[in-house]
Amino acid sequence: MSDATIKTQPIEVRFRGGGFAPKARRWVGLAVFVVLVSIMEIGTRSGWISALTLPKPSDVLATFKELWESGLLFKHLLPSLSRLAVGAAIGATVGVCAGVMIGLFSYVRAGLVPLVAAIFPIPKIALLPLFVIWFGIDEASKYALIAFGTFTPTVVATYGAVDNVDRSLIRMGQSFGLSWFSIVRKIVLPGAMPGILSGLRISLAIAIILLVAAEMLGAEYGIGAYILEAGSLYDLERLFAGVVILSLLGVILSTVIGFIERRLLGWRE
Amino acid sequence: MDIRLDAISHSYGGTEVLRDISLDIPTGKIVCFVGPSGCGKSTLLRLIGGLERATKGRVLQLGTPPMGCLNPLTYVFQDFALLPWRTVHGNISLVLEDHGIKGAAADAIISDVLARTKLSDFSNALPRQLSGGMKQRVAIARALAVKPAVMLMDEPLSALDSQTRELLMDDLVALWTRQPFTAAYVTHNLAEAVRLGHRIAVLSRRPGEIHEVVEIDMPLEERSHGNPELEKIQKHLWDMMRDEARAADEELLNV
Ligand SMILES: Nc1ncnc2c1ncn2[C@@H]1O[C@H](COP(=O)(O)OP(=O)(O)OP(=O)(O)O)[C@@H](O)[C@H]1O
Ligand SMILES: [Mg+2]
Repeated sequence: MSDATIKTQPIEVRFRGGGFAPKARRWVGLAVFVVLVSIMEIGTRSGWISALTLPKPSDVLATFKELWESGLLFKHLLPSLSRLAVGAAIGATVGVCAGVMIGLFSYVRAGLVPLVAAIFPIPKIALLPLFVIWFGIDEASKYALIAFGTFTPTVVATYGAVDNVDRSLIRMGQSFGLSWFSIVRKIVLPGAMPGILSGLRISLAIAIILLVAAEMLGAEYGIGAYILEAGSLYDLERLFAGVVILSLLGVILSTVIGFIERRLLGWRE
Repeated sequence: MDIRLDAISHSYGGTEVLRDISLDIPTGKIVCFVGPSGCGKSTLLRLIGGLERATKGRVLQLGTPPMGCLNPLTYVFQDFALLPWRTVHGNISLVLEDHGIKGAAADAIISDVLARTKLSDFSNALPRQLSGGMKQRVAIARALAVKPAVMLMDEPLSALDSQTRELLMDDLVALWTRQPFTAAYVTHNLAEAVRLGHRIAVLSRRPGEIHEVVEIDMPLEERSHGNPELEKIQKHLWDMMRDEARAADEELLNV
């Protein structure tokens, strides 16, 4: 035994810490995009991806340029953006308020949690005809659909986040005689902010999905209308151009939330 | 302002936690509560501070709080309870804002309490950047900022290592000597109790009753580590506690 210990070489202890701490690696995401698009381009050019399966990325780009030059891009984009902004703002605001109330008041919780659970699994798109009857075929029904769709995930994320706020901090606030309103504003809301923001990421993605759904019904202009039209003509270039716009929109919104997170949640690290 | 505990009993559901506690916490004195784990010390402190209501008996304030006192009964928690998103300065201003103290008036109070707890250089640090001992000093500074009539301290040093604990005990003694404060101080550490307590209430195992009240007349600043007289009192307390703790353990085994 002692012989063995003398003879064996010292072995450096194997490093097994690290990981589980994502860092900002800015360019990796872009690289993945570039590689995928290059594969598509090479594949369609050389012919092992048939033109019927995928459009050439360069053709999609050309379509995009055409859209831009004819001014149609903004004609489609602006109504979509305003629908998204109004609908998501209403849904998220009402959702955060309702979530905070559910988190704070037992009666609101008892009353609303089952309701939210009942609403959540309904595909909101299925309700579009109903919204059209209620709010008319104009903008209002589109706002309502997007707002309704963002509302449910926001509520669920918010009340979960409020539930997770450290109760000992709330007791501390009470023990220093802070008013109820101060406790909510200075302890509950900041404490719930991480959960609310990550809920918002999901809600906004759902808002984009519903935007397209809403515009597929009775909209002259809008990204959704544009995609629908391209789809019914099997015009893959235009279809993809529309889809790329939606993806870009998603990436931009997610970046904005990331920026807000860095500003508001710098204390976490 | 004195605090009087008048025949306090408390139960959670069917379990009786405290039974018939009567005791005075006189102005300018530190009263320590020691007792085996689970005997209801934290519960008693929550009752004194009005965070919970006693099933029976009353907590009385005798006299009025001193001038300028913003929050007569103020806690120092074992887990510090600092808001992680606020700086040291922000954590203290939190408890002043609701009393309408803002701007220069708040800054004056904050720099005073930070100086008293030797934290002046850390005004802009976030809690995660501080060590445990510093966090607890912030919590003590925050408590001092509201000029409490009585400080309610629930094992304030238990989360700290023993060296930091020694140092913070010295700090507390220095704070008290400069300006005597009233405190109800819960601990399971008998060395802390004999070092800081003018009066030590020993509680029995659950349901907690007052077993004995030990008075220590020696001034706080003369009590040093390893003083024979204090050792004797500490041993006496330990003998009492050991039997209770053992009995409490055996009860747990029989459950
Ligand atoms: N909110 C509560 N609901 C029900 N039972 C409780 C509650 N809080 C405390 N208890 C019970 O009351 C008893 C006393 O608890 P308490 O926390 O006051 O003890 P303690 O003396 O502070 O113990 P420790 O030394 O471990 O801090 C324990 O048996 C505990 O299980
Ligand atoms: Mg306790």
